[in-house]
Amino acid sequence: MTALIQATGLTRRHPLPKESLFERQRFATALEDADLTVGDGEAVGLIGESGSGKTTLVRLLLALDSPTSGSVSFDGRPVDARASARSLHWLRRATGIVFQDPYASLDPRMNIGRIVGEPLWALGIDGDRRARVREVLEWVGLEAEMTDRYPHEFSGGQRQRIALARAIVHRPRVLVGDEPLSALDVTVRAQILDLLRALRRDEGMTLVLVSHDIGVVRNLCDAVAVMKDGRIVESGATDRVLEHPEHDYTRHLLASIPVIDP
Amino acid sequence: MSLVVRDLVIDLDGRRVVDGVSFAVPDGARVGLIGESGSGKSLTALAVLGLLPQGAEASGSITWNGRELIGRPDRELARLRGDEIGIIFQEPRTALNPIRTVGRQIAESVRIHEGLGRRAAAARAVAEARRVFLPDPQRIVKRYPHELSGGQRQRVGIAIALACGPQLLIADEPTTALDVTIQAEILELLRGLVEESGMSLVFITHDLAVLSQIATDGVVLAQGRVVESAPVRDLLTQPRSTITQALLRDAKSTLWRTGGPS
Repeated sequence: MTALIQATGLTRRHPLPKESLFERQRFATALEDADLTVGDGEAVGLIGESGSGKTTLVRLLLALDSPTSGSVSFDGRPVDARASARSLHWLRRATGIVFQDPYASLDPRMNIGRIVGEPLWALGIDGDRRARVREVLEWVGLEAEMTDRYPHEFSGGQRQRIALARAIVHRPRVLVGDEPLSALDVTVRAQILDLLRALRRDEGMTLVLVSHDIGVVRNLCDAVAVMKDGRIVESGATDRVLEHPEHDYTRHLLASIPVIDP
Repeated sequence: MSLVVRDLVIDLDGRRVVDGVSFAVPDGARVGLIGESGSGKSLTALAVLGLLPQGAEASGSITWNGRELIGRPDRELARLRGDEIGIIFQEPRTALNPIRTVGRQIAESVRIHEGLGRRAAAARAVAEARRVFLPDPQRIVKRYPHELSGGQRQRVGIAIALACGPQLLIADEPTTALDVTIQAEILELLRGLVEESGMSLVFITHDLAVLSQIATDGVVLAQGRVVESAPVRDLLTQPRSTITQALLRDAKSTLWRTGGPS
């Protein structure tokens, strides 16, 4: 498998506010020296607690933020987050993202057709855009006639389907999910999980999934990276890491997960 | 010493959101209310405390130690809350007052209910902080909520709920907003405190695995109705209602392992 995304030595520090004018600048380290390889067609899970650097890492991979040091390449091409929006079109076309909260991630004043179709217009993707929007809505299990309706008319699960439709409408090579299932009820979670599985199976899509839910990662991901305090403490094939964790923190994390225990 | 809810009906802005819910919490029992969002589990608990939101109307019967709670003046219910019935909320960040030290918030209920003076109440706050294993209790009581981690804040929430030694503790998704390692610690703490004091527990959750860790009996709610109530063991091994079966199936589909010692 060739590497689609390659992150090398990624570090991200945020300057802390000074308490005195003459104080030396201090930094909070969100991510420290992270290396990550995502193969073409591979599904990689990032697990860890809040504040462990998962979201910082995916933001850097997608050039939504620039690293303090280190580099990212996508399909062999260097990613420069400081470049102009236009010169990052190639990366935007190749990536899609779904966020955790479907109540916060959809513009309440835009109808579903515009929300889902926006990437096609914004990225200048040709073809019958309206037909593509209807097609992708049907693919995520919604009705094509819903394009005239607004986000508030939909339940949380339906909204997350809409968010997923928007993320894949331009046929990206990589889908990034930042806790895409966490805000959903279990029954809805299982449905969205099925859709993600189908994307991998039918479209061969590469997946980078941030999740604190080990069950979801195990279900979906070939490889997993465990993060703690801004570092990747352990990574490898999902089965290996979950069945034979090598790092103490991974063991602690796995032991904390409640099991159905009759 | 017991709670009996019989044919509880709650209308919220003219919509029936709880429709004939009945269950009992005998002395010392640990009962879980489980269901998806919108199933009516939280409103049922709030009705017990007389804390229903504006526009909500409860009818039916809720008796606590033989006394009817529905229709009681708020002044009497306020005396009951904190003193005989304690509550822990999901989000300790919003449940705590940001501009008061945590010690003062823990002390507040003992000052009100037990009429303790300022100094005695402050000493009591330290003792309660120690009881929930907050680190360095002498100093932590002088801090403000934003200076604490999420897990520590939830420990403060528990200390407040337990300060007056209630006979019944209502916990509304107390671990849902926490990381999984912290969730495990909080569940462990709650289990210990409930066993040590012999109080009864009503634990609200959407997570069957969490339910199985803490409750002995479960009441499954869907669309405002009870669809099944049984010992948790039976819910997990021989669920009768299709809703429970679906919850179990979906929970298992995203669980990373089931049963057995962890």
